[in-house]
Amino acid sequence: MLGDYLPVLILGGLAFAFVVASLFASSLLRPSRPSPAKLAPYECGNEPVRLPKGEKFSVKFYVVAMMFIIFDIETIFLFPWAVSFRKLGLFGLVEMAVFIALVFVAYVYIWMQGGLEWEQAPRPMERTAAEGEQEEELLRAG
Amino acid sequence: MGWLDWMLLLARIVLTFFMLLFALVIVIWLERKFIADMQTRPGPLRAGPRGVLITLADGMKLFFKESFVPTLADRPVYLIAPILAVVPAFLAFSVIPWGTHVTLFGREIPFQIADLNIGILWVLAMTSMTVYAVVLAGWSSGSNYPLLGSVRSSAQMISYEVGMGLALISVLMFTGHLKMSEIVAGQGGYYWGFVPRWNFIPQFPAFLLYLIAGLAETNRPPFDLPEAESELVAGFHTEYSGWRFAMLYLGEYLNTITVAAIATTLFLGGWRGPHPSFLPWLWPIAWFALKILVIFYVYVWIRGTMPRIRYDRLMAFGWKLLIPLGLFWVLATGTIVLLPGLYGSRGRLVAVGLIVGIGMLLLLAADVLERPRSRSREGASP
Repeated sequence: MLGDYLPVLILGGLAFAFVVASLFASSLLRPSRPSPAKLAPYECGNEPVRLPKGEKFSVKFYVVAMMFIIFDIETIFLFPWAVSFRKLGLFGLVEMAVFIALVFVAYVYIWMQGGLEWEQAPRPMERTAAEGEQEEELLRAG
Repeated sequence: MGWLDWMLLLARIVLTFFMLLFALVIVIWLERKFIADMQTRPGPLRAGPRGVLITLADGMKLFFKESFVPTLADRPVYLIAPILAVVPAFLAFSVIPWGTHVTLFGREIPFQIADLNIGILWVLAMTSMTVYAVVLAGWSSGSNYPLLGSVRSSAQMISYEVGMGLALISVLMFTGHLKMSEIVAGQGGYYWGFVPRWNFIPQFPAFLLYLIAGLAETNRPPFDLPEAESELVAGFHTEYSGWRFAMLYLGEYLNTITVAAIATTLFLGGWRGPHPSFLPWLWPIAWFALKILVIFYVYVWIRGTMPRIRYDRLMAFGWKLLIPLGLFWVLATGTIVLLPGLYGSRGRLVAVGLIVGIGMLLLLAADVLERPRSRSREGASP
């Protein structure tokens, strides 16, 4: 069984050796004349004002990462089922449909909450006149 | 295993390795020629006949160019990233059968490095490794544009990886095998005597899903936001120069070839195709190369036609369309495969009815989901 992986390992070693050897050969042959301007972070010739060290990111990226974990785990659960679902028969299919439906509930919740939207929430300025009136009415009534 | 077996194994691996490098040279030249054709300009002309050696010329140039490490870069990670870009790209190709077999010295030698029993899973694992190269390259550069590019691409690649996994699962369910050789073997024969029994006919939605997700996974246009040159200079490889940049470039194109090769193997019958009886080992390789080129041409065609997609639309497309479609198609494949076996021809009717019904319900649900969201959020904001 493990012998199957030997050719893969050899190929990986070959690829690794190719990259490292060619990088090394290139480092021997290419010129190296560093200057402070060359080594500075690229910013179209300007002095960089802000540098990425310690910068903060939009929380959207973390939400995407969390959703990815949910769905990737779902995919991983699907793999063993997909291998043997012919043996499991109708019971297995219904079982998996229920599982997918359960995860789908979470998916619908995220969608309803706007977790799948990337753009900013619309500012009050962008609301239509009719909606503004409605809200004023609600305020007066409440 | 005797020494001859070892030598043959080694020869096979080295042959595959150099075939891939050769394919890379050709494919990069072809892409430039195709795209030039679409933009009515001649494209590369000078190096070799019709510019076919342009990739080698570029490679030579990059090899002898200065390649410096920026001062603010995280040195070890910055140096490791190009290696990480290339090695998994080669490893992903190792399970793909790119021909049948040839008989040499009384031994059958398959044109495949290893027929792992976890074939599809291996492919998924190795292609998802590319995200590490992109993220680490961008993060370790210590500069703004690369960092933005790598953060974008990590979100993009993991989003479309789910869709890709779901497309692979549908094929796995339909064929019932994880091994690449058995998936190809299962695609022999014809429907109605003349239409080849390739997976892309019964699994057409999965085929489309895979092609689109593959486009996003390899950061090709119109999903090339990690390196959108109008916004991010060159994205995650802005700070890379010389041969290190060449390695990142090489990894990217290797991944494109691998994605096309996987699509060929899983959906287009792999190396299968009608051929004359002389040199029976050569024709399958030619068929395989031809099918890869067709998919590659479609990719270049998309690049020449589509403008770059906006980032929020990219994420919405992946999460709101591809993933529900993938999940739906997995269940639909299960129903189609199982019910006729259990209930005969009536089962087939029930299966189709169920799929159409649930599909329409889902479409309705998507419509309902899209509508109240914008209202409710505005209501909630004060």
